[in-house]
Amino acid sequence: MPAALFPPFWRVSDTGYALEEAGFMSAYLEFSGISKSYPGVKALSDVSFGVRKGAVHGLMGENGAGKSTLIRILSGDAAADEGTVRIDGETQNYQSTRDAFDAGVVVIHQELQLVPGLTVAENLCLGRFPATGGVIGFSAMYEDVRRKLQLAGISVDPTRKVAELSIGERQMVEIAKAVMLDARVIALDEPTSSLSSRESEILFTLIDRLREDGRVILYISHRLDEVFRLCDSLTVLRDGRLAAHHETIEGVTREQIVSEMVGREISDIWGWRARPVGAVELEVDGVHGEKLPVPASFEARKGEILGFFGLIGAGRSELLRMISGADPRAGGHVRVGGVDIGSGQPAEAIRKGVVLCSEDRKFDGIIQGRSLEENILISSRRHLTRFGVLDLRQEGQVAETFLKKLRVRTPSRRQDIINLSGGNQQKVILCRWLSEKGVRVLLVDEPTRGIDVGAKSEIYDILYQLAEEGMAIVVISSELPEVMGICDRILVMCEGRISAEIKRADFNEQSILAAALPDEASAASVG
Amino acid sequence: MTTSIKKLILGDQGLLVIFILAFALVSLTVPNFLTERNMLGLLQSVVTVGVIACTMMFCLAARDFDLSVGSNVAFCGMVAVMASNATGSIFLGILTALAAGALVGLFNGVVIAKFRINALITTLATMQIVRGLALISSDGRAVGIDDPMFYQLALSKFLGVPTPIWVLAALFVIFGFVLNRTVFGKNTLAMGGNPEASRLAGVNVDWMRIWIFTLQGFICAVAGILLASRITSGQPNAATGLELSVISACVLGGVSLAGGRATMTGVIVGVMIMGIAENVMNLLNIQAFYQYVVRGFILLLAVLLDNMRSSAIGRR
Repeated sequence: MPAALFPPFWRVSDTGYALEEAGFMSAYLEFSGISKSYPGVKALSDVSFGVRKGAVHGLMGENGAGKSTLIRILSGDAAADEGTVRIDGETQNYQSTRDAFDAGVVVIHQELQLVPGLTVAENLCLGRFPATGGVIGFSAMYEDVRRKLQLAGISVDPTRKVAELSIGERQMVEIAKAVMLDARVIALDEPTSSLSSRESEILFTLIDRLREDGRVILYISHRLDEVFRLCDSLTVLRDGRLAAHHETIEGVTREQIVSEMVGREISDIWGWRARPVGAVELEVDGVHGEKLPVPASFEARKGEILGFFGLIGAGRSELLRMISGADPRAGGHVRVGGVDIGSGQPAEAIRKGVVLCSEDRKFDGIIQGRSLEENILISSRRHLTRFGVLDLRQEGQVAETFLKKLRVRTPSRRQDIINLSGGNQQKVILCRWLSEKGVRVLLVDEPTRGIDVGAKSEIYDILYQLAEEGMAIVVISSELPEVMGICDRILVMCEGRISAEIKRADFNEQSILAAALPDEASAASVG
Repeated sequence: MTTSIKKLILGDQGLLVIFILAFALVSLTVPNFLTERNMLGLLQSVVTVGVIACTMMFCLAARDFDLSVGSNVAFCGMVAVMASNATGSIFLGILTALAAGALVGLFNGVVIAKFRINALITTLATMQIVRGLALISSDGRAVGIDDPMFYQLALSKFLGVPTPIWVLAALFVIFGFVLNRTVFGKNTLAMGGNPEASRLAGVNVDWMRIWIFTLQGFICAVAGILLASRITSGQPNAATGLELSVISACVLGGVSLAGGRATMTGVIVGVMIMGIAENVMNLLNIQAFYQYVVRGFILLLAVLLDNMRSSAIGRR
């Protein structure tokens, strides 16, 4: 523990009063009475807490709890309606992100902000190139950056292009940027969401080092184990309010945090329940294509939830995309209820009852800039039209029905979908397919990626209901506990082949993992 | 006070507010502006741009672009005149022109959707090809109309208002309906918002694009026929630079070049603002050369305003 963590000795006494005062004095980053409203939503109301110097502070909460808004206020991207941010006792009055930057606040977003075509060193020196008369001293720059990276314990070659780096390495470069700017406060927004566990471990070591340097780290994550591994203290937000603040993380339990986040006890987030499984509904027979050369075959039954597990790149998404017509098939057949669905476009598959909720919501799920209503009805409205003319009243009713049924939290169905949290966006995509008539097979790729605990169990519940109604559901997930928690049967994929089939009664972490790993690969890189 | 003005101007109806203010201002200050004769003249002058803006709006809303409209208008005007002369029937001439326009649009659509060539490049090419065809067919000269009945298309009046203005009004209503109340319109906006998501949601994106361009070509023919009737001949050099006026009017009307955002009222206002600016400058005897500069600045100002509006929405 660095010395700066401890208050001066004369303040340390047995009386609670002095200790309390010390704790207050040592709050280096302080939010007090922060409130912020968006039209129809109170994003934050009266949030106050402090973070000590040299602490890694966890910021947790469901999507939509107000974490992102708080970070936007900290980084000058949005202005608080009320309340102040203080750093080292100074009240910060940002007009822009630039001001926050100058005050030593660096936020590292999920989408990294690096120029892919430039080298690591060029990225790090962007805006402050060491130049004489406009001519950059490259050798000096590389030498300087190399030394600084070494000091920070980051092993990335400064002469490499950022485009060639892995996502983990890019994250290191972002952090290096923060370090070189001598940032006092570094906020990391779900930094491990696209890292392998080995890369995550390197990141954690780096964060430990930053802590020892006496910086303040705000760490936002949905992953409880990471929070326990890294954080010294913790704040939980719920519905824009401070739900809990833990000065120290010792003695805090997982269950406690989860219930603070959702505001109720969640004993079993999976909530799996047995249900009758009917006849074969989906038959996939020798499907293959450009990205998945080995023909794959499997079946899914009515009322069954079939899981696909595997490492990233094992071919699971590629397989489901070919089944749903999102990517072209080179060969093979897909039959639903014994009828071939043809080999065409998504439109054809949808009419035959096969729909896909794809992995990348932002890229190929939601339609930005359009309302929830339109996002829901884009496909199913063909049942409501006459000669191509819309029935707006009926459309509104359908949208309302499903928004209510799936408990989407939104002020209005006319809201732009971009304003919703990830969990609610995912629910809207599910609404899209629930409002379709005659869906028989639901393919879901990573149903809960980037979604918080409370919304997760709601989405599982929806899947169970649909299965009970007789749909065949195929789920891809990279989270082993999730696949094991919600599926009736698991197919494991490894390097483009289905390598194992395991029934719920035989679920076992070791055997599933073993089937997912290629022979020579190390167990460390489970994505 | 200032914040409420800001809200009004940057709000959803901001453009309409500005339009009404500007209209009131010029009505009061510019002599001869608010007269029946000038108003009809003003509307006549925006017919070509207004008609094409209807379909250009769909094109832009779907994240596409069409530069070939000016050439297509001239080409279709030529076809209408020449086919009328050759067959001796104005009806057949018009029919041929409509088919020719739609064919050019269909060609654009197929190349863009099926051969996956960028819309900007494709229509830049057809813009030149079609202009070339118009010039070749008449050897570069204007072609007169044999049957004077052809003039009646532009000259005839209904309830004291010339037919082309009725056509324009009808198209505004029809395309406003198509955009807001039909699957075609909603799918167009969805495609512009996120083409890949729309495809996966079952929208036949290729088909939609082909249809949009075909429709655009067809509407160019309508504009071409009306224009030929008004200028009493087929002019191979007619409507040069029209594509930029149309796109300007749409952008002025709040249609996003990034796709996914368009309103018919916006486009109407955009068309009218361009028309009024020109009309007022004519009434004030401002030289044509200066008019270019003013038009450019109006466009820049509109885009700037639009930018401020979307960032105001973002910050809220």
